[in-house]
Formats: sequence, C-alpha cells, structure tokens
Amino acid sequence: MADREERRFAEISRESVKFMAESSGVELGDDVAALLAEDVCYRLREATQSSSQFMRHAKRRKLTVEDFNRALHWSNVEVVSGYGAQDALPFRSVKEGELFFVEDRDVNLVELALATNIPKACAETMVRVNVSYLDGKGNLEPQGTVPTAVQSLSDDLLKYYQQITRAILGEDPHLMKVALLDLQSNSKIAALLPYFVYVISGVKSVSHDLEQLNRLLHMVKSLVQNPYLYLGSYVRSLVSSVMYCILEPLAASINPLNDHWTLRDYAALLLSHIFWTHGDLVSGLYHQILLSLQKVLSDPVRPLCSHYGAVVGLHALGWKAVERVLFPHLPAYWANLQAVLDDYSVSNAQVKADGHKVYGAILVAVERLLKMKALSLSQPAEGTSSAHPGSGVGAMGYRVSSPGLSPPPEPLSEATLGIASHLQAGGAGCPWEEWTPVPLPAMYKELYSFFGDSLAVRFSTGPGLGGYSPCTPSQLSHARKEPPGSSSNSDTTRKMPQLTANLNISPRHDGSPRTDPAPPSLAATGSARSLTRSSTSSSVQRSRSSSSRAGQRSAGMTRDVFPKPRFTAPQTGPTVFTFLIGGRQMGRRCQGRRPFQTTFAPTPPLPAIPPRAYAHKLPVIGRVGKPVRRWACSHYSLHLPL
Amino acid sequence: MAAVQGGLVDADNEKDIKTEPPSDGWVNNNANDGKVLSASPGSSATAGSNKPAAATTATAAGTPEDQQTLLAVLQFLRKNNLSESVEILRREAGLPENSLEAKAGDSSGTGGADTDAGDSSSLLSRVTVSSSARAPSPKKATAGEDQPDVNVVLSAYSQQGDPALYDVYYSGLKKFIETVLDCHRAELSQVFYPLFVHMYLELVYNNHESEAKAFFAKFSGDQECYYEDDLRILSSLSKKEHMRGNETLLDFRTSKFVLRISRDSYQLLKRHLQERQNNQIWNIIQEHLYIDIFDGIPRSKSQIDAMSGSLAGEGRREANKTKVYYGLLKEPEIELPLDDEDEEAENEEGKPKKKKPKKDSMGSKSKKQDPNAPSQTRIPLPELKDSDKLDKIMYMKEATKKIRLGPDNLPSICFYTFLNAYQGLTAVDFTDDSSLIAGGFADSTVRVWSITPKKLRKVKSAADLNVIDKESDDVLERIMDEKTASESKILYGHSGPVYGISFSPDRNYLLSSSEDGTVRLWSLLTFTCLVGYKGHNYPVWDTHFSPHGYYFVSGGHDRVARLWATDHYQPLRIFSGHLADVTCTRFHPNSNYLATGSSDRTIRLWDVLNGNSVRIFTGHKGPIHTLAFSPNGKFLASGATDGRVLLWDIGHGLMITELKGHTDTIYSLKFSRDGEILASGSMDNTVRLWDATKAFDDLETDDFTAATGHIHLQDNSQELLLGTYMTKSTPVIHLHFTRRNLLLAAGAYNP
Repeated sequence: MADREERRFAEISRESVKFMAESSGVELGDDVAALLAEDVCYRLREATQSSSQFMRHAKRRKLTVEDFNRALHWSNVEVVSGYGAQDALPFRSVKEGELFFVEDRDVNLVELALATNIPKACAETMVRVNVSYLDGKGNLEPQGTVPTAVQSLSDDLLKYYQQITRAILGEDPHLMKVALLDLQSNSKIAALLPYFVYVISGVKSVSHDLEQLNRLLHMVKSLVQNPYLYLGSYVRSLVSSVMYCILEPLAASINPLNDHWTLRDYAALLLSHIFWTHGDLVSGLYHQILLSLQKVLSDPVRPLCSHYGAVVGLHALGWKAVERVLFPHLPAYWANLQAVLDDYSVSNAQVKADGHKVYGAILVAVERLLKMKALSLSQPAEGTSSAHPGSGVGAMGYRVSSPGLSPPPEPLSEATLGIASHLQAGGAGCPWEEWTPVPLPAMYKELYSFFGDSLAVRFSTGPGLGGYSPCTPSQLSHARKEPPGSSSNSDTTRKMPQLTANLNISPRHDGSPRTDPAPPSLAATGSARSLTRSSTSSSVQRSRSSSSRAGQRSAGMTRDVFPKPRFTAPQTGPTVFTFLIGGRQMGRRCQGRRPFQTTFAPTPPLPAIPPRAYAHKLPVIGRVGKPVRRWACSHYSLHLPL
Repeated sequence: MAAVQGGLVDADNEKDIKTEPPSDGWVNNNANDGKVLSASPGSSATAGSNKPAAATTATAAGTPEDQQTLLAVLQFLRKNNLSESVEILRREAGLPENSLEAKAGDSSGTGGADTDAGDSSSLLSRVTVSSSARAPSPKKATAGEDQPDVNVVLSAYSQQGDPALYDVYYSGLKKFIETVLDCHRAELSQVFYPLFVHMYLELVYNNHESEAKAFFAKFSGDQECYYEDDLRILSSLSKKEHMRGNETLLDFRTSKFVLRISRDSYQLLKRHLQERQNNQIWNIIQEHLYIDIFDGIPRSKSQIDAMSGSLAGEGRREANKTKVYYGLLKEPEIELPLDDEDEEAENEEGKPKKKKPKKDSMGSKSKKQDPNAPSQTRIPLPELKDSDKLDKIMYMKEATKKIRLGPDNLPSICFYTFLNAYQGLTAVDFTDDSSLIAGGFADSTVRVWSITPKKLRKVKSAADLNVIDKESDDVLERIMDEKTASESKILYGHSGPVYGISFSPDRNYLLSSSEDGTVRLWSLLTFTCLVGYKGHNYPVWDTHFSPHGYYFVSGGHDRVARLWATDHYQPLRIFSGHLADVTCTRFHPNSNYLATGSSDRTIRLWDVLNGNSVRIFTGHKGPIHTLAFSPNGKFLASGATDGRVLLWDIGHGLMITELKGHTDTIYSLKFSRDGEILASGSMDNTVRLWDATKAFDDLETDDFTAATGHIHLQDNSQELLLGTYMTKSTPVIHLHFTRRNLLLAAGAYNP
C-alpha cells in the first residue's frame, strides 16, 4: 500500500514541513512534522480532487491554478496558489539538491515600461461559423488543418500583410529592402505565415519573370531567418517552392539573355540554408531533397538548366550530398554532357553554352568534394600535429572560410553527422542504401579521368611547397570582415556567379594558395558581392572553374614541383593531406577534357601554356561578357575578378 | 405555488419514510406495495402476518434505542422552544402527548400491543438518525442545520471487531464467492465493493491505520474498474480525522448501497454467512447495504455491469415504479387561444415535440389528449402572449420546410467556433429559432451574439420611451435604440465562471448560473441583469428554462436541484437526493418533470408538482454532464465523462441501450426535431450521429423486464452510429437543431 500510494500521490516530506516551519520561525518535532506532512498530503489530494470538478465544468482538459484556488476557496481555505496563468509555468529541477521549483524570473519594469514594442491586447472573442458537413457527408475542407477562420486576421495584420507583399513585389527596390528586413525581424507575424507561404508558392505562376522569382526567394530567405517564426510543416512548402526555382526549366530561361543561372544558384544556397536551419522540422526532408535532385539528374530528357540546378543544389547541400548522388551518377551523365559539348554546330551553340555551365558546376562540386573529403580525413590528425605547415595553412583556410560556411555554425564533422543521421532517418529502403563510400584515391582517380587537369585540386604530401605564403593576419581579418558588410543582398540584379565568388581570396595576395571550399551559404553570396565591388568587371563567367588559378600563376615552380597530380594514401603515417589549387586555365581545361574524349586514361597535364593565349576562349563557358579584358591582370590571382 | 411550497418539506419527508425499508434493513421488500413478498428469514409469506412478526423481532432489539433517540430529539426541540416542531414530530411519530414524561412506560409498551406505533416510530427514528443528509427532516429544517452530524453518522462504525480478522473475513467471503456456481457468482460479486469500502472505513475509523492500508492494498485490485475514482479518494483517506468532512465518505454512510440480487443467490450468501458465524460481514450487510431481492433467474455479469457504477449502487426498483406522465401537452389552438390558455404556454420548443407524435404515430391524434400526458393544468403554466402566438405561427411555417432526417438523410452541420476564447468558454446556448447564440465564460462574462444579420439593440431609455407614439403599429420597432445596434453584447454581473446558460423560449430573457452561487436573469431587451437568484450558496453548475417559460431549474455543488419561477426570488422546490453535485439539469418537454444528472453517476427524474423523485437511472460510470429528452417526451439520453451515451425509457424506467464510441467526456446531446437522430458532441473533438429511431424500435419490453428492471443490452453501438464528424481541434460543447433540422454545433478552438 505504501509503495502504491507513494507512486500515486505527491508526497510532502517531513523535512519540507520542517523547513517551512523554520522559515516562519517555528520549531517542530519530528513526530509533529510527520503528522503534519501526512495531513497536508491528504488535504492536497482532497483539494486536487475537488479542483478537477471545476476543470470539468469549465470544459477544459487542463487543470489551472484558478481551478485549484477555487477548490481551496470553497473548502474555506485561504487561497494560496497565487495568480493563474494560461500557460504552464516552466517547472525546473536542480539536480544537486533534488529541488523542484517554478521559474520566477525578474521582470525589469523599467525596461518593460519603456519598451517600444507595446504588447498587443488580446484579440476580441468572436464567433465564426462555417459549414462543416453537408448532408452529413464529405468535408468541405480537409480535416485536421488549421481552421482558416481561426487565424482570422486583425485589421492591423491584414494591413501589414498587404503592405509587405506590395512592397516586396512592387517596383521600389528600397521599399523592398525595408520590407524584407522587417519580415526578417518581426515577431508578430506568425498568424500571417500561411499567407506568406501561399504567396511564395506562387513561384509556379511567375516562372517567366526572373525579377519576381528573385523577390519571392528573398521573401523565403527573410521568413527563414526570422527567429520568431516557427515554420513547422510549412518548411515543406517553402522547400518545394525553392526547389521549383532550382530545378524547373523556367519560362524565363528560354531567353538566353535572362540570367536564370544566378537565380538557381541563389535558390540552391537558400535551399541549403533552409535545410541546415530548419531541416529538423520535417523528418526525412534531406532524403527527399536528395531524391528529387537525383531524379532530375538522372533524367536525360530534362534540359541542361535543370541539370545545372540539380548540381548546384547538391553542391549547396554539402560535399556529402555530392559524394552520394552526383559522384555515382557522373559516369552515366558524362556521356550525355560530352555529346552536347562536342557538337560544334551552330544550332547547338546555345545548348553547348548551357552544357559548359553544367560542366563548370560539376567541376566546382567535385573539387569541393575532393577537398572536403581530404580535409575530413586529415582533420583528426590536425589536432596532434598542427606543426605541419601545410596542414596549418589548410586548417587556416578552412577556418577563414567558416564564417561563410553554412549557417548552422557547427564544425564540419558535426554537420556531416547531421547528414548521416538524416540519411538514416529517411533511409529505410532508399535506393542508395547499398552506397558505399569510395575511398579518396579512387575517387580522385576517377574524377581526374573525367576532368583531367582542370581539376584544380591537387594532393601532395605538403612540405616544401614553394607556393605557400602563409596568410597574414591582416589578410585573414580582411577576409572575415567582408561578409558582414554585405549582408544585404537585395541587389540581386547584379549578375555574378556566386559560386565563383566564393573563392574569396584577396586579390592582392595573389600568391596565396588558400582556397575556399565554396561554402553554401547566403553570407557567401554577400561576400562575393563585396568582392564584386572591388572588381570592375561584372563578369558572368561561371568561370570559377576557369578561375585563373593564381596558384598556378604565382607558382610556375609549384607546377614544376608537382607536375602531375599525386597522391599519397592517408595511411602513410602522420603526414596529413594538404591541398592546393593547381593553376588551371582555359586551355588546360580544354585539354583536360580532350584526352578524356579519346581515351579515358588520365593523361599528364601539358606543360603550362601561356594563359593569355587561351583567354579569349573563356567566355565560352558562361555568359559572353566583357570581362576578357580583365583577365589580363586577373591571372595572377587565385581570385576570380568579377 | 406558495401553498405547494409549504407542503414541500412534508412531502419530501413522507416520501422518505415510504422508501425506507420497514424491516431491519438487511432485507428490503417493498412492504408498502404489498406485492413483493418479504424474505425475512423464518417469516411467513403473507403480508398480513409478516408485519407483526417483523415488528416484534425488530423492535425487541431496536426500538428502545430508537425511542431514546426520538425522545432526545423532542427534548432538544422543547428546550429550544420549538413547540410547533415538537407537535409535528410527536404527531408523526405517534407518540402520546406525555411521552417525554412517561418515557419508561412508553418504551416498555411498544414491544407489546401497539405494533403500529412501534413500527412507525422506529421508522421515524431511522429517518432522523441515518438519513439526515438526504432529506430536510423537520428537525433539521428547524435547527437550520445544513451538514449532517458527522459524529452521528460515524458512530455506526464504533462497533469494532478484531482488526486483524478483517482480512480473514473478507478473503473467506471472497473464496466462497469464487467457488459458488457460475450463475450466482456475478450477482454475489456485487457485494465485494460495498463490503470492501465499509470494512476499510471501519478500520480507519477505529484508528487501525496500518491494517487499513494493508487491507486496501490487498483487495483494492479486485474491485471493478469503474469504481476506480472512488477508490482513489478512499485510498487517500487513512486517518479518522480525515473522515470528518469527507463528502464521499458521508455519501457512503448516509445512503445504503443498493444491490439487486436474485432470491437464490441471496439465500446462498445468507446461509454461508450464518454457517461461518461471520458476524462482522453480516453486520455490515445488515446496516449499510440494501439488498433488493427479486424472484427469477440471476442476472449475468454484463447485465449487472450495465446498471452498476453509481456511487450508491443501483436504483431501487420501487423508486422507478411511480407513474410518469411523459406525454406531451396538447397543442394550443393558435386561432382560438382562449381555449387552452392554461396549458399550452408560449413555448415553441413544446411544439416540435408535439408535432412529431402527431405526424408519425397517429395522424388523428392531434385533437386528442395523449393518454400518457399530464392534465393540462397539472402545473400552472403561463398564458400565451400575442407575441408567442406569432412566434408559433412562424414556427409552424418553418416546420413545413423541415427536412426529414434518417439514416440515409443525415443533417448538415454548421460549426460555430469561438475564437480567441483562451480556454475560457464554459457554456453555450442557442435560442430555439437559432437567431442568437450566447456564451458563458470563465472570466465571469456572458456574451450574446446575433447570428442573423439582425443586430442586437437595446430598448431606449425611459425618457425616450415617453415620447414614443404608443399607438403606432411599429411601436415595437420604435422602442429600440438604433444607436446601440451591434453584433454582440457583453453582460457583466457574475463574479465567477459562468457554468450554465439558457435562453428563455420567448427570447426575452437569458439565464446564467455561475461559480459565485447565483443564477442571474438577464433581459435581452435592455441587456441588463434583472434578478440574481441566491440560494445555492455554492457553485451552480447548470440551469435550464422550462420549455414553457416562467419556470427554471438549477443544480449545483450543494447537491440539490432547485425549481424557480422567474418572479420568485426563492425556490419553489428543492429536489434533494443526489449524493454528489448536480451537474446538469433539463426540463421535460411537458414541463411537468425535470431530469438531473449528478457526479454520483445517477440520473434522477423529478416531479415538479410534488417534488418527488420518480426515476433513478444508474449505469453511468462517470459524472453525467449532459441530458436530452426526446421530442416526444418518452425517452431520455444522457452523456457522461465515461464517453458513453445511455438511452432511457422514461415510462418503464429502463435503460434502452448504450452508445459507445466517444473517447472523452460528452458535453452535449440533442435530438433532431423529429427525434430520429441523436447528435452527441464531445471533448474528443467529434460530433457523432446516432440512429435514435432504430434504437427505440429495437426496444422490446416484455413483462419480465418491466417487472424486474432487467435489461438485455445488445452491443449494437456500431449499427446505430450513423456518422462521426471531426472538428478542428475544437471540443464540441453545445449542439442544436434548427427548426429545419440543420445541426448547429459550437465550441471554442483550442490550439
């Protein structure tokens, strides 16, 4: 009985009674305290019992403080439980003392009184009617959704909604900026969320209008970044809208002058941002995204721009995604792409240009894959042997880039863990269950077989790299400073390839071999933009690939030292992998591809050809633009002048 | 009314005496009826010879003590100069004028010749001692005492056996019942629960705390699961001091737990206990149990389970014997309103109910009086006003457009969602013509909305009213103040959550009952409070207007239901008998009866005329929260926290069927206008529709069932369920059929 009762009821211990007595200055004997404790328990149960009656009659499921107070009141006991609150009070425990208490925070009255955001009054109680069932049949609305009538908007909210949508979709760019900023920080728009989501889902109807698409994406970004909004299941809807922008052959892309590539890049970044920050809200989201990307990628009927979207999408989701989806598909896909690229007919020119885009995107993706994979392998060692200059620089490079890394500021290892868990969560019976990671050397070899020397990543054993010039702190700080300065990216009209821009090495330090793993982040685009400002050319190259590898430039000797890609297996002792960007240029790339056309065996890169000679070929990839002139000076820089 | 009011106490008292068993308690036959034979051991079977025999055996032991008590009461009254009460009591008890002086002679004489006097006096003393909580006896009425004297109640426990043996006794009985024939086992198992409780309480009362706990731990698991709530309360009670003021305990002591057992089973039990000399259990059965013996086949487990579950066992059979005039009053002749001014009353609600029997059962009946209907003047009803007649005509017009519902033609449902109620909505009501909706809220307010485009307007101020041309045709329109037109009005006045709310049939008034102990009457013309009816002194859980207006009923935490008239500030009747809070109240369509549901898990039907309890329905396993009469007045539906709807035949006093399906408390029930569909709304966010016609048609009442009250429930809930309709996170707390049979549901969105 005793056991049973203890389990069933809250008990007040003798000690508690004693404490309470002491606090009011009374000394109690043990037996008295025991008796009192028992009696108090009984009275509590009695009061609880009768308080539940008040709850039932109020037709509630939740017992409130008021119910309890009423029960006490009617049993002629002074009300002791304080004031009622609608919400449950947080009940906290202190482990050490086995103490439980209700958190009672101090309220800074001054702050409260002087606060500018005056809390809104409760909405007026009202009655709304809707026909739920006609003739006892059929739901007019799906069951279980949020009732549309419930969130009936106050006039203020309605006005806000109208103003915001008008501003964002309207003409005035300044107004749009303000609206987006507010959307990002307003804490009271939860009720409007479904409406905004609905508006955003309108992407499908404006696919001819890049400008509008852009604005809608910005709206997504603002909503996602708003810390006060709980997106819940709306994440799915947002993701599908964003995916639409990434993958669909938008009507706007019919006109080659339309820069839908930028839109896709931006949408991809957005996607990864949503995933990293809100992916936990919808289980299996990551898995679903990967599946749909994979589907697009493996569908040869789809236009190249869709493929491009899939590639950048994968890239944005992180190197793991690339490894899992893109890499296994590469051999099959390559054949198709090759055919496109090899067709020199005039009629094919446009398609071919698109093909180059895809090529470039794939290249960037696999480069990052290689780098990150190598990094992930080398990272464990770093902790112990940071003395290694190469590794040190590598780590540095990584860290420098990290401010722009995907928004969840987790270290890489954790991020990958996150992915893995997502895969596990949604992975039951998934088609790539049998997927096994390809070891880095094999991967590198295979990739090299495709890209040849245009693969900018090189592996070496590190020491004695003449090309290394450790970054100076100022340089680092410079790199760090930039992103925050450019957080506003409302100016989307500027045409620049974000991915390219992520290689944000300061142009002044052309010797630096630091590379940035093109983090999939929004901030990165910002930094890119800031860089853009520094360069006059608004180059439209997808040219990250072509990015004039300053590393190569600066280091003719580097190339001499490492004339061929080389690779040492990670098993070789404490040596760690480092990587550097091998110089690469148009001509080389073309060559890199050419050998592949004929034979699939990797061929050693040809000796450096003066880049200038090939510079004019650059525009082939990406948009035809002015920047050719800029190349003259840009080939010193690892950084691509934009 | 006033005259009747005066007689109320007497009537109640009389009723109590009638229902009290004439012999010593452990065998209870309805001697007043004379139909059921006494089962007193060893007594002969004829009523004539039984009485003296029982009296002599019983009074030989009990009367002197009872006499003592009675005399003590008389002395007390005299000491307080309550001479009138003394007179009454003495007359009732049949004591001689000088009884107080001649104590000795009186007590000695009772046992011998004057058997009649002895019998009745022993009866009375029992009333005063053991059932003091049930009815306001003369003694209590004069002393103004509200609570039963706990000591008196508890003293019955003072006799004690060896605490260590309780365990043995109980397990002995348990073993016996387990070995008994299957057909008797279910019946005898009924004894377990009351025995267990009383034994536990005895142990606690006599300060054997540890034994009590051990006893509880050992045997509480054997009890039926529907007693779980009571057991929980019981288990928290482990000290004698706690027993004081514990209501559950008082209920147990003040009322006898009623068991229905077949004669065979009973004999078996009796023989066993006598053989074993198991006096402890024997005493408890004698003193605290009321065993209702019937001749016939023992009931099955499912039969027993269907009827048990209430706080004090099943209803006694004789409690459901009274004739109930469940028929409807005659339809008023609108063209010749003076003909039947008495009965017809203005209410529209009476009409739909009348319509149906006319149409369905027999078309020619319209002019005839329903044989089951009370006489039109049985209780005085208000006259029909002109406006009421207009309304009736309106109603009839509407009724012609009514949709005939049935299993193939289910009603459409409109849901009225209360938004931003913040869990504060506690009660809802619609007017009969579905023009207004009112909500009672936990913040003490009552809000009224118009659900037609017509806005709510107040009457102009007195000064403005003076200048109005009273002869004009549209005077009713002119008295309204356009400036006050709005969609909703808020009524302030209560000082606690509003738990019950009810519109008057003529839509001029609104009633609200609140935690503050009052019922308030509001005018819907001025939107002000007209009267506050005080009397309950404890939270008033529910209130309901009579379908003919004027009267209303309220029930509350003080365990009584009260009948009021709007123009009396004091109640006309107090219906007492429930052992726990009266949680819901409903008027019968003919206004002659009202039903109350209670936390003691029983439903009672009361006669408005004399205040008697005419039906006790047991079978729910949780507090009852809603009641609904069928439009033809024959049936009653009840819903409780156990998620079941039970249907009752009022005429026979029987359960018809149980409707299982809801998973949470049922807060609302309503029959369609023609009584074909029953709609139930629950906390589980669903509205369910049930085929009432089928349920009632399936009912087969043979003579045996009617006589014994045994029912054979088929488990056909699934066949009767016509549909389940989900709401959107909104508990359904009120349902209403419009005059055209559109179903309106209401509740507060609960995010």
